[in-house]
Amino acid sequence: MDYLDQLESEAIHIMREVAGQFERPALLFSGGKDSITLVHLALKAFRPGKFPFPLVHIDTGHNFQEALDFRDDLANCIGEKLIVRYVEDTIRTKKLKEPTGRNATRNGLQTFTLLDTIEEFEFDACIGGARRDEEKARAKERVFSVRDEFGSWDPKRQRPELWNLYNGRIHKGENVRVFPISNWTELDVWNYIRREKIDLPSIYFAHERELIVRDGKLMATAGGVIKPEADDQIVTRQVRFRTVGDISCTAASPSEAATLDAVIDEIQATRISERGETRMDDQLSEAAMEDRKKGGYF
Amino acid sequence: MDLLRFITAGSVDDGKSTLIGRLLYDSKSILVDQLEAIERASKSRDDGEIDLALLTDGLRSEREQGITIDVAYRYFQTPKRKFIIVDAPGHIQYTRNMVTGASNCQLAIVLVDARHGVVEQTRRHSLIASLLGIPHIVVAVNKMDLVDYSQDVFSDICIQYADLAKKLNVEQVTYIPMSALNGDNVVDRSGAMPWYDGSTLLEHLETVELSNDFGVQLPGRFPVQYVIRPQTAELHDYRGYAGKITSGTFHKGDTITVFPSGETSTIDAIEIAGNHLDMAEAPQSVVLHLSSDVDISRGDLIVRSDALPTSSQTVEAMLCWMDTKEFKVGNKYVLQVGTARTRCSVREIAYQLNVNTYEETEDVDSLKLNDMAKIVLRTAQPISFDSYQQNRATGGAILIDETSNVTVGALMLIGEA
Repeated sequence: MDYLDQLESEAIHIMREVAGQFERPALLFSGGKDSITLVHLALKAFRPGKFPFPLVHIDTGHNFQEALDFRDDLANCIGEKLIVRYVEDTIRTKKLKEPTGRNATRNGLQTFTLLDTIEEFEFDACIGGARRDEEKARAKERVFSVRDEFGSWDPKRQRPELWNLYNGRIHKGENVRVFPISNWTELDVWNYIRREKIDLPSIYFAHERELIVRDGKLMATAGGVIKPEADDQIVTRQVRFRTVGDISCTAASPSEAATLDAVIDEIQATRISERGETRMDDQLSEAAMEDRKKGGYF
Repeated sequence: MDLLRFITAGSVDDGKSTLIGRLLYDSKSILVDQLEAIERASKSRDDGEIDLALLTDGLRSEREQGITIDVAYRYFQTPKRKFIIVDAPGHIQYTRNMVTGASNCQLAIVLVDARHGVVEQTRRHSLIASLLGIPHIVVAVNKMDLVDYSQDVFSDICIQYADLAKKLNVEQVTYIPMSALNGDNVVDRSGAMPWYDGSTLLEHLETVELSNDFGVQLPGRFPVQYVIRPQTAELHDYRGYAGKITSGTFHKGDTITVFPSGETSTIDAIEIAGNHLDMAEAPQSVVLHLSSDVDISRGDLIVRSDALPTSSQTVEAMLCWMDTKEFKVGNKYVLQVGTARTRCSVREIAYQLNVNTYEETEDVDSLKLNDMAKIVLRTAQPISFDSYQQNRATGGAILIDETSNVTVGALMLIGEA
């Protein structure tokens, strides 16, 4: 059996375990390629039935419009429920202090909105598109990752997870983060998208865009999220996004790759990791992701 | 392309993480920014050498202590095969994490320090690998540079291990002398050991035969995960059983039996994402439709009627105990086999297995963290299973603590007691 078929079957199995074991699950959807892949896998797992969970997006207010439009179109097209909660609202109602300064990002504040949303809907499981190849703390996490009522991951007390037997039993207030594509690599996701002819937001492909050159990275000027400073250089370049996250912490890559084949060729040839190339939030310290996960981040 | 999942096991300082680092580094699977990150981290330590182990020790406390606490997964690929590396902790305290990592692997690399030969950890990890039925074992005799690349040292260790393998009934063992630190026989052939003419580790990983590892030739088994019932006007009568074929094959028209009820029916249709198939096999996730109305829900096991599983309320099993609370005769747990769960109580500890000598001790009434034993459980409802030796998918089970909800035991089921 081809490896993509194996990975697909494993992911579908995990999604159905969520459907079978939990009362109020949710699928965390960002409009990025990994969560789009999750939606495609959910279609394979549950059609012709409805999804046993809504799609949930935690919107930082700093997302790319292309990704938001894509999100709405997709939810509409498949006829599944989409719940959106805004970091902006959490900042206002909870009087959160927004980070300021040169490379300020709301990425960290997402966790507050996510935990509030989990509480609001009493979600007992949240499916996410995290992959173990992304980052070294993620490389350690179980497929069913039990979080306490504060959403915290305790890497020293992970449950044993044997064969394909997943234990989703939890106490009230706890929840489980579930990662069906844990074992997929970036390239596996792209190859799967090509094989399955999955649509993606246009910003994954080469396009011309205005950017700020900052610390060697190309950051989008879109939406005025990043405020240019006096010595910042503004350029127009042919770029694509290798990952699609919050505008404030996702850098663009110079690229001429306008088709899936060209993108895959580029990724195959690259010598830099996905998050290393594009994510500012992981480069704060050697344990940046571990610390965020302990704080409730997915 | 094939996918091989393998685990690296061995004692604390045998150099497992270094071996993985070497495998990734020499197969050019480490990306520039990852390498820069470990170079930075290496510099902040004393010796200044690049520490390849930092690639896999992903937790802060692991880097601080220089040990692996929990399983880390790594991914790489060569033109011949894709690999998932499971880097497991060597320390006895974290054995349960090693068992977690090993349970899905097709191959285990057992590292042995050439200076120390077969030690306690080698015996324990080999025992776990054999209990878990990992089909392929590689004994990586590491740190050959520290014994002057001596063929005699290597041969002695092979003899020591062969003795152990015989006791464990492990058949497929491959021995490779190497130095992970210097890269000898990991990816590139060593110039320092002209007396060794076998494969390098990577060559072996790329070519080891995997064709029988999915259990396609075993009896057809399908634990039901979820029932799909759209209940819409146009799909009013649609009722599909969603699950993954864990072993064997299912054909349209096959007679099937449902456990635990024992009812029979025939397969009307097999669906994958809306496409109808005449046949499906392990490990595909599919939807089955049956010709008659049978009461089936999550937790039921659909099997091909030509080879039935064992169905019983008393079951004998090998147990790997994974909790700090003691396991005692009379205790109650939740037993999960496939998608089925039932309460159970411990009727007997037949014997405890000494993980070093493999001797069996009888008259034991409690077990501690990381103990192994043969036990007998009594279940509230009948469970349907196969012997783990014959079928990993329907012979593996877990025990869940009813109050903490934690997974506390791994079971390799043997048969009706």
